[in-house]
Amino acid sequence: MVPLSWYLVLSAILFCLGVFGFLLKRNIITIFMSIELMLNAVNLSFIAFANYWNAHAGQKLASGREIVGLSGHVFVFFVMVVAAAEAAVGLAIIIAVFRTRETLNVDRVNLLKL
Amino acid sequence: MVHQVLFIIFGLICVAGAVNLLVQRHPINSALSLVVVMASLALIYLLLGAEFVAAIQVIVYAGAIMVLFVFVIMLLNAGSEERSSGSRMALLIGVPGVLVLGCLIGWIMINNNKQLGGVSIAATDFGETHPIARLLFRDFLLPFEITSILILIAIMGAVVLGKREG
Repeated sequence: MVPLSWYLVLSAILFCLGVFGFLLKRNIITIFMSIELMLNAVNLSFIAFANYWNAHAGQKLASGREIVGLSGHVFVFFVMVVAAAEAAVGLAIIIAVFRTRETLNVDRVNLLKL
Repeated sequence: MVHQVLFIIFGLICVAGAVNLLVQRHPINSALSLVVVMASLALIYLLLGAEFVAAIQVIVYAGAIMVLFVFVIMLLNAGSEERSSGSRMALLIGVPGVLVLGCLIGWIMINNNKQLGGVSIAATDFGETHPIARLLFRDFLLPFEITSILILIAIMGAVVLGKREG
């Protein structure tokens, strides 16, 4: 028996490390990997809550809807689909940026900056 | 007891991989430590009784997406990260803000430990493919079909962006 809060704290730690990477790293590919890390952290809390709600499956919520324990798994499935699509498009954009600017450093890709 | 020990081991591997992702300056090392994070997350999903999600975590994330990352790093011949000044705003506001957010979430979770209760490895057919597929193709059929259109658009977008101009 592991407390649910342990899973949520691990998820929060991973999410915060992802945000740190997003803020502090200067390489565009590493920044992209930090975003994937944040998505994974959110997936972990989805799965933990799915397991938690499964213990209460079949009961009614205050709104009258029945609790379905597995919905969290379906949401993780959708998050993975969107992450795969995002990785394909994002890496194509990175290749296009590299082709025109010859750099992967985000500080040199600053045409939109005032 | 075994459950807790396994959670602590894989949680520590997870956090160590994520920290290594931030510390390493070469993108290929960051990519490989992200693979470690994803593999140990898959094992944590198994501890939560989510077999199907653990399998697609390994196949889609640690397999397909990370191969794409490594492939792009090799293709662009990416060297070590250059040190540049970066954004001072991110350093001054972002980092303390995230630290406060993380500590707040941790504090709230630890304080509400009793109400949240615990999780254990669930009933036998909990995370298997069959109940998930039934949910996915009945209740979530429309979102499922919409994601197929999303993937199609993403493929076309990647091809258009990757095509050499002129």
